[in-house]
Amino acid sequence: MKKFDKDRLVLAFGAPLLALVAALVITSGVIGVTGKDPFHAFYVMIDFGSKSDSQVWIINKAIPYYLAAVAVAIGFRMNLFNIGVDGQYRIAAFAAAVVGGALTLPGIVQIPVIIIVAMLVGAVWAGIAGLLKTTRGVSEVVTTIMLNFIAASTIGYFLQDGRLAVKDGNLFHTPDIPASSQFFTIPTTPDPIDGTLILAVMTGAAYWFVLGRTRFGFDLRAVGRSESAASASGVSVKRMVVTSMVLSGTVAGLVGMPTLLNKSFNYGTDFPAGIGFTGIAIALLGRNHPVGMALGALLWGFLERTGTQLEFEEYAQEIVGVMQGVIVLCVVIAYEVVRRYGLRRQQRQVGEELAAQARKSDTDNKKAGVSA
Amino acid sequence: MPRVGPGHRAVLRTADVLGEAEPPPSSGVSGECVISTSSSSPPAAGAAAGHETGKASGPAVELHGITKRFPGVVANHDIDFAVRRGTVHALVGENGAGKSTLMKILYGMQKPDEGTITVDGEQVSFATPGDAIARGIGMVHQHFMLADNLTVLENTVLGAEGLHGIGARARKKIKELSDAYRLGIRPDVLVEELGVADRQRVEILKVLYRGARTLILDEPTAVLVPQEVEALFENLRELKAEGLTVLFISHKLGEVLSVADDITVVRRGTTVASVTPEETTPKQLAELMVGSELPSPETRESTVTTTPMLRVEGLRLSATDTDGAVRAVLDGITFTIHKGEVLGVAGVEGNGQAELVEAVMGMRELEAGMVALDGADISADSTRKRREGGIGYIPEDRHRHGLLLEGTLWENRILGHVTEPPSSRGQLLDLAGARADTVRIVGEYDVRTPGIEVTAASLSGGNQQKLIVGREMSHHPKLLIAAHPTRGVDVGAQAQIWDQIREARREGLAVLLISADLDELIGLSDTLRVMYRGRLVADADPATVTPEELGSAMTGAASGRLEQVQDAVPEGPEGSERSEGPEGGEAR
Repeated sequence: MKKFDKDRLVLAFGAPLLALVAALVITSGVIGVTGKDPFHAFYVMIDFGSKSDSQVWIINKAIPYYLAAVAVAIGFRMNLFNIGVDGQYRIAAFAAAVVGGALTLPGIVQIPVIIIVAMLVGAVWAGIAGLLKTTRGVSEVVTTIMLNFIAASTIGYFLQDGRLAVKDGNLFHTPDIPASSQFFTIPTTPDPIDGTLILAVMTGAAYWFVLGRTRFGFDLRAVGRSESAASASGVSVKRMVVTSMVLSGTVAGLVGMPTLLNKSFNYGTDFPAGIGFTGIAIALLGRNHPVGMALGALLWGFLERTGTQLEFEEYAQEIVGVMQGVIVLCVVIAYEVVRRYGLRRQQRQVGEELAAQARKSDTDNKKAGVSA
Repeated sequence: MPRVGPGHRAVLRTADVLGEAEPPPSSGVSGECVISTSSSSPPAAGAAAGHETGKASGPAVELHGITKRFPGVVANHDIDFAVRRGTVHALVGENGAGKSTLMKILYGMQKPDEGTITVDGEQVSFATPGDAIARGIGMVHQHFMLADNLTVLENTVLGAEGLHGIGARARKKIKELSDAYRLGIRPDVLVEELGVADRQRVEILKVLYRGARTLILDEPTAVLVPQEVEALFENLRELKAEGLTVLFISHKLGEVLSVADDITVVRRGTTVASVTPEETTPKQLAELMVGSELPSPETRESTVTTTPMLRVEGLRLSATDTDGAVRAVLDGITFTIHKGEVLGVAGVEGNGQAELVEAVMGMRELEAGMVALDGADISADSTRKRREGGIGYIPEDRHRHGLLLEGTLWENRILGHVTEPPSSRGQLLDLAGARADTVRIVGEYDVRTPGIEVTAASLSGGNQQKLIVGREMSHHPKLLIAAHPTRGVDVGAQAQIWDQIREARREGLAVLLISADLDELIGLSDTLRVMYRGRLVADADPATVTPEELGSAMTGAASGRLEQVQDAVPEGPEGSERSEGPEGGEAR
C-alpha cells in the first residue's frame, strides 16, 4: 500500500512539472521566433512581478479570478460546462450596484444585503440554464452563452441616463454606493489589499468542504463521474443539475463584488467584463482544486502584470496572451497524460499482483491434487 | 454424451478434415451454385459438396490456445477450434461466456495475450480490423453500422472507395455480389427506408464487397422474426455453397442445429466441446453451454415464509423504440416475493427484465402499477428512499450502474449508501468510518486488492462484483435485486456470491434474481418466472423444470405453468415444497 502512495506522489508532482517545463520551452521558442531573447523576458517578468506594488496588484487581480474559477469548477465537478459565469457575475453585480446605490443602511447591514442580492441574481441567472437543461434537454453550454448576451443587453438597456444610471462624463454608471457600504481593505504598503480577499478564501474553503466532506458533495461528484451510477445510487440527477447550476451561479454572483465594493463602487460601462472566461482557464489550470485554482489565479495575475512591463522592453504585447494559452494547454494535456498513465499503471499492478496470487493458489491446488 | 469436466476437454470432432490448405478461390462469383447443401447434411457430405464445387475444405481459420485477460471482464483462456472452409460454423455459449471477446480477437479489435490465429494455413497477427479484412475476414456486427441518410450503394462503398470506385464499377460489383448470393440488394434505396432484415443483408454485402472469404456474424438472428431468420439462413447456405466460410455466433440452439455444419461450445471463456449437429441434441448442447461441473448454485433447504416482502402489482411501462413506435416494455407485471424467497426471472435479454429492475428501484416512472416493500407502498418514493428502506441492488452492468470506476474503493463503498452509517453522520461524510468499513468488506468478502485507495477500475470483474455484493449486504437489505450477479465473474467468486445470497436468504432476505444463466436460476430460485415481451408468461418449479422447458418459454413458445403438476397458480411458496431432490440440470 505504501508503494502506491509514493507512486501517487510522484504522479501528482509529475504533471505540473511536465506542464511547466513544456510551457517554458514553447514560449521560449515563440519569443525566440520573434527575434528576442526569451531569457531576458523571463528575467524582466520575475524582476517586475516580485516588486511589492506588483504583488498587491496581482493579489487584488486574482480575487475575482479565483471566484470565477470556483464558480466554473462547481460545474466541472459534475460535468456541466457553465460558460455563462461572465453573464451571471455581470448581471449580478449590476443588480447589486443598483440596490446598493439606492439604499443607505448601516454598512454592517447593507454590505451583506448587496452581496446576497448579487448571489441571488447570479443563482437565478444560472438556474435558468439548469431548468432548461432538465425540463427541455437544452445543453447548458448553449443556454449559458445565450444568457451572457441577454445579460449584456439587459444591462445595456438599463444603464442609460434616466433609467437606472447617471451620466458621468462619457460614462454611464449606477449611483455610487454610500461610503459606509464600502468593503474594508487590508492596509499594506505601498497599496492596500482588497478586503474581499476574505470572501475568496471563505468561498474556497466552503468549496473544499462541501464537495469533499458532505453527503451533498459526494452526490455531486458521483454524478460528475458517472451519471448512471449516481442515478442508481439514489441521486436525482435532474435535481442535482439544477442545484449545482444554482450553486455555480451563486458563486459567480460574487465575482463582481471585489470590483464593486473595493474599487468602482458603482456599475458603469467600464465595469470589467470577461472575467468569467478567465475563470474557465483558471479552473482548468487549477484542476478544480481549491488550492490549485488559487495558484492559477495568482499566476494569471502575475502574467497580466508583468506583460505590461514586457511591452516597455519592446517585446510584442501578445506574448502574454500566448503564454497564458500555452500554459493552459500544457496543463490540461499533461494532467490527462499523467492521469491515463497512472490509471493504466495501477490496473497493471493490481493485475500482476492478482496473477501472482492466482499462480500461487494454482500451484497449491496442484500440490493438493498430487497429495490427494 | 459430451459432458465434460474442467480438466479434460472433450473434442467430439468427427470430421476434423485437415487437408492441404489450398489458396482461396480467385473469385467469389462462380455462377449458379451446383449443390444446395441441406442444413442437416452430415459434414462428410458437406465436405464432398465442397469438392464437387472445386473448393478446398481445409481449415479457413484456426485458433489455438487463445488467452485474453483484462481487468473487469471475463477472460478467454485456452480457446481452441478450427473452422473448415466452406462451412457454417456456429459458436454457441451463454451471454457473457466470452464469445464476443473471442470474435473481437479474431477481427483484430483486441489482441490476444497468448495463442495463435491461423488463416489459410498461415499464422497471422491482427492489430486492427483492417488487418483482418485484408486477410479476408469480415464481421457483421449485431448492431448495424449504417448511415441512415445514405443509399445502400453509398453505405457499401463508404470507407472502401479505393476498391471499385464510387460509380458504375461499384454498382456493377454490388449487382454481381447481390445476384451471386441472392441478397436482393437495391443499391439506390436509402438505408432509412429498409427494414431490419434488409439492413442486415446490406451489412453482409458490405463485408463481401471488401473481399471477405470468412464472415463473422454476431448474433445475427437476435433482431429478426422467424421468417427473416429462415431467409437469412438461405443466404448463409448460398454463401457456403460458393465456398465462403461463415462463423455464426448464437445462443439459440434450435437455429444453430438447423444451419451449422460444426458447433463449438464456449463456456466461461473457454471452448469446452466441438460437435456436429448430427451427433448432438438441443439437450446435450444446453448442458454443454451451462456446464455441470461448476459449483452448484443449488439451494438446499427451503426458507420461504408466508410473509410478503415485495409486492408488485400491474406494473406498466411504455417506451418509444428506434422506429418511433410506442410499445409496452412492461405489461401487467404482478408478483410477490416472500421473506426468505428467491424469485428467479428467466428470459432472453431485452424482454423487459432491465426495465423491471429499474421500476422496482424507482429509476423509471411507471404508467401504472404499485410496488410495496414490507407492506408499505413505495411506488412514489425516490430511489434513495427505497434504498434507505432496505432494497439492495446488484446491477446488471456494474460499470455503468454499480461503481464509480475512477473512484477509490472506499468511495465506492459510500456509493448508494451515502445517507447511512458508516458512510456519513448527519449531513457530513464519515471518511474514517467509510474507510474502516471498506477494509472490513475487503476482508470478509475476499476482495483481492492491494488496498482500498486503488480505483475500482483496477480490480478484476469478480472482485468488483464482490465489493458490490459486500457493500449491499452490509446494509442488511430486506430485498436484494440481483441482476446477473455472477456475469463475467470467475468461478471462485461465483461460488462465494451464491453462498452469500443463500446465507442472507436464510436470514429472511427476499431476492429478485434476474439471470441469463439457467443453471444459476434453477439452482438458486425458489420460484421461477419467465419474462417474454414485457410480460410474465410462464412460471415453473425449479425442482423439476428443465432448461429446455424454460428455453421454449423464453422464446414465447410455451406459457402458463411449465409442468403438468398443477394449474397455473401464480403466487405461493410451491417452490418451498421441493425436496432435496437432484439439481434441475440432472433431472432430465
